[in-house]
Amino acid sequence: MGRKLLLEHVGKPGIQGLEGYRANGGYRSVEKALRTLTPEAVLEEVKKSGLRGRGGAGFPTGMKWSFMAKPPGVPRYLVVNADESEPGTFKDRYLMERIPHLLVEGMITASFALGANVSYIYIRGEYFYIHRILERAIGEARAAGWLGKNILGSGFDHEIHVQIGAGAYICGEETALLESLEGKRGNPRIKPPFPAVKGLYDCPTVVNNVETIAAVVPIINDGGEEYAKIGVGKSTGTKLISAGGNIKRPGVYEIELGLPCEEFLNSDEWCGGVEGRALKAVVPGGSSVPIVPAELFFKTAKFEPRLMTYESLADGGFQTGTMLGSGGFYAYNDAQCIVRSTWNHTRFYHHESCGQCSPCREGTGWMEKVLHRLEHGHGRMDDIDLLWDIQKRIEGNTICPLGDAAAWPVASAIRHFRDEFEFHATHPTKVKDPKHFEKEPFVRKPKPVEA
Amino acid sequence: MPKVTIDNIEIEVPEGTTILQAARLIGERNAADRHVVPPTMCYYSSLKTSGGYCRTCIVKVTKGSDKDPRPMPKPVASCRTNVMDGMVVANTTDADLLDARRAVTEFLLINHPLDCPICDQAGECHLQDLGYEHGLEASRYQFERRTFDPIDIGTTIKLHMNRCILCYRCVKVADQLTDGRVHGVINRGDVSEISTYIQNVVENDFSGNVIDVCPVGALTDRTFRFASRVWFTNPVDAHRDCPKCSGKAVLWLKGQEVLRVTGRKDQWGEVEDFICNECRFEHKDLKAWTVEGPRKIDRHSVIGQGHYELKRQQRMLESAAPNVPELNKAKQPDR
Amino acid sequence: MGATIKAITRTEGTAPFAFSESALAECRTIIARYPEGRGKSALLPILHIAQAENDGWLSVDAMDAVAQLLGLRHIEVYEVASFYSMFNLHPVGRHVLEVCQTTPCMLRGSDDIVAHVEKRLGIHAGETTKDGLFTLKTVECLGSCGTAPMLQCGAKYHEDLTPAKVDALIETLRNEPTRNNYTDR
Repeated sequence: MGRKLLLEHVGKPGIQGLEGYRANGGYRSVEKALRTLTPEAVLEEVKKSGLRGRGGAGFPTGMKWSFMAKPPGVPRYLVVNADESEPGTFKDRYLMERIPHLLVEGMITASFALGANVSYIYIRGEYFYIHRILERAIGEARAAGWLGKNILGSGFDHEIHVQIGAGAYICGEETALLESLEGKRGNPRIKPPFPAVKGLYDCPTVVNNVETIAAVVPIINDGGEEYAKIGVGKSTGTKLISAGGNIKRPGVYEIELGLPCEEFLNSDEWCGGVEGRALKAVVPGGSSVPIVPAELFFKTAKFEPRLMTYESLADGGFQTGTMLGSGGFYAYNDAQCIVRSTWNHTRFYHHESCGQCSPCREGTGWMEKVLHRLEHGHGRMDDIDLLWDIQKRIEGNTICPLGDAAAWPVASAIRHFRDEFEFHATHPTKVKDPKHFEKEPFVRKPKPVEA
Repeated sequence: MPKVTIDNIEIEVPEGTTILQAARLIGERNAADRHVVPPTMCYYSSLKTSGGYCRTCIVKVTKGSDKDPRPMPKPVASCRTNVMDGMVVANTTDADLLDARRAVTEFLLINHPLDCPICDQAGECHLQDLGYEHGLEASRYQFERRTFDPIDIGTTIKLHMNRCILCYRCVKVADQLTDGRVHGVINRGDVSEISTYIQNVVENDFSGNVIDVCPVGALTDRTFRFASRVWFTNPVDAHRDCPKCSGKAVLWLKGQEVLRVTGRKDQWGEVEDFICNECRFEHKDLKAWTVEGPRKIDRHSVIGQGHYELKRQQRMLESAAPNVPELNKAKQPDR
Repeated sequence: MGATIKAITRTEGTAPFAFSESALAECRTIIARYPEGRGKSALLPILHIAQAENDGWLSVDAMDAVAQLLGLRHIEVYEVASFYSMFNLHPVGRHVLEVCQTTPCMLRGSDDIVAHVEKRLGIHAGETTKDGLFTLKTVECLGSCGTAPMLQCGAKYHEDLTPAKVDALIETLRNEPTRNNYTDR
């Protein structure tokens, strides 16, 4: 049984309210930080913890905070990214719904370190009901003096507002989020300047994921060093994994980083194994990360057991590895069709492209059309090379990472499942049945893996 | 002052100069070096926050500054990336980069109607130039192109959304030059469009400048519509006393008839002085103007007489070919 | 594909739009959250309120009222409203069923749920039933992959769907006289 730092108290009576949360040690980190620590000391603990951004990129949080510019007389902002829209990811929703005060507490402590007197939670529009839960929690915290002027007599003022989005995956990209928070179209900004220098309202801003900010609470409570003891190498602490797809026990799990992938998938403590059929493939970190076939999920190309860490999942690069990403984990059984799933992924990115820069605006739609044709039995063999070429030409050439995110699922699907794409070109009548692999799974010839 | 090397040519530029501006400075210093200047479709130096969208000006930073910890090489939008001391940039000397530019060209063209034969912009269209220099012979896109109906946005401006590449220049003109923007970009992704949303008229003293900044034939002058192909007209520099603008314009003549009035463009295709709608639309009479002399037209790629010649790429090949055998492949269609 | 520019005029649709007193009060609270001169930040939340007050969609009148409230140009509001998928720019049915169809839901059978709703209501995705009761939309990932397949109606998530559950939901909604809005508390 792994340690739980974020979800330990979830499910306890009254934990969603301030009283129940306090009874379980809530707001200790605020007391500790505001009464006994300087902002620099809080930052130091976060640096020591090795915490990395939990939204997907895995950038060291302490370093991100230390980039925050501090021009005199200019307000600074903390913005929490609760836009959670990466397909396969629902951990932030779970956390905010079940233990909203953990986020509020983390925001106060983090804002103290950053010198931000106002912070915003940008939450995706579809989570309107969680917006209400958060507003309630913020109201309770304000009434109890955890927010407002001169918190705990420390001289530190803080206010939190919740901003609602309106349906746009791209607003999870931090600069698009800031644009949206300013009431504009969610078009990502061209960087530099980075938000730490010029963010919300042109002021220095740190944008962090919900889970990242929540993790600040145990880090301050127990110390950065204690937090860093959990995990392997540069993957420290615990991570929330949203588990879905064809598994027996879907849900949100808090794991200690370093848990073997095989154990995570097959143990009854976590996913409980694949439902009914054989495992075909896994997307371990949200739809943007490369899909890997079953054997490469369990073992790296060097035949070492794959672990749930940033490094181990990425081992082998894109040739044989993938990414931990946002922890949006979903498994495919052998009734699933990789071409159909790739088409589905690409339709998503096509729908969500903001349209600002040309490779992504034009390329995502083109890939979707080619994949649609292949999946519906109208494709040709050279469509596969065409797809490869289009994705390659989008990757790295766009303003924001959405272009890469659209390219990688296509590239990895062709890389590992090319024979299945070819099957679609050569068996048009067979693939016209949308459930073409349900009765007769596609038997893939595993490629020889080079370490 | 930071020093940057672009395609093996070094230049020292003031702090805050973008890679694109540095390349243009090299081109201005020596016309023979103009090949180092990346093409631009959305950047416009006189429009704030323009650039970054179309990706045609991407260059490869092969070596960053010692001060910049970011991993290189890396493709960047030259119009929005500042030069740092010691930077080494490849524009025409890198085969991967040229392939990336060909890719951008292809993306810009997949939904473009390629209706140059009936488009008033033909002959002075930046997408035409780009397609000629970096495009494929045939499109690999086999699906229905997205289409919109052409609409009049006022008595003088026609919007052909089919041809638009969403460069945002016209939106920035309306924001920065006029006092009440009524058009913008609506919808998102590949169904984004320049639109007034409801039937509306773009009417303002300076609204006609959207025609001049449009790199393609999406916004054209209704008063010039189908009047002549531009290469059959005779452009002259002329001015008039105008209380609203500088009055410095180019008249496009057929005989003594003024077919069209536009702003004067510099060697990078950008208007030097924005002109007002009165100058542009209401003085189609040669007598209203003081003619200064013939306008020198920079024929950088498309030449008339039924004969196409690609000066720029030839120069590129001459200067870079020894290093880049792949460049010769650039002339071949991809597949 | 085809032509997408529609000649939308102010007279399309319904009666002129005006915010209710309670909605205006809420708008004012929202505007107060942002620093001086940053009222445009309130645009998304206020568009949600306007949509809820206008039968679930944003008419030109409603958007113009929002522009006036925030001191914005009309086009600024159209630009934003048309960017976000939760804003409906055309009338919708009383109950909008938004079925998630993204990969994690697809793996757990969302295609069957969409097909079932289509058959049950006799409409395709994107259409509204003749009686104006239901609009079916297929949407992208709603962050409910562990309880897939799922659909959203107003603020509420309906999860772990089966055809039987969908039938029951449709019957319940059929008898519900009021619209479910995103902004419902």
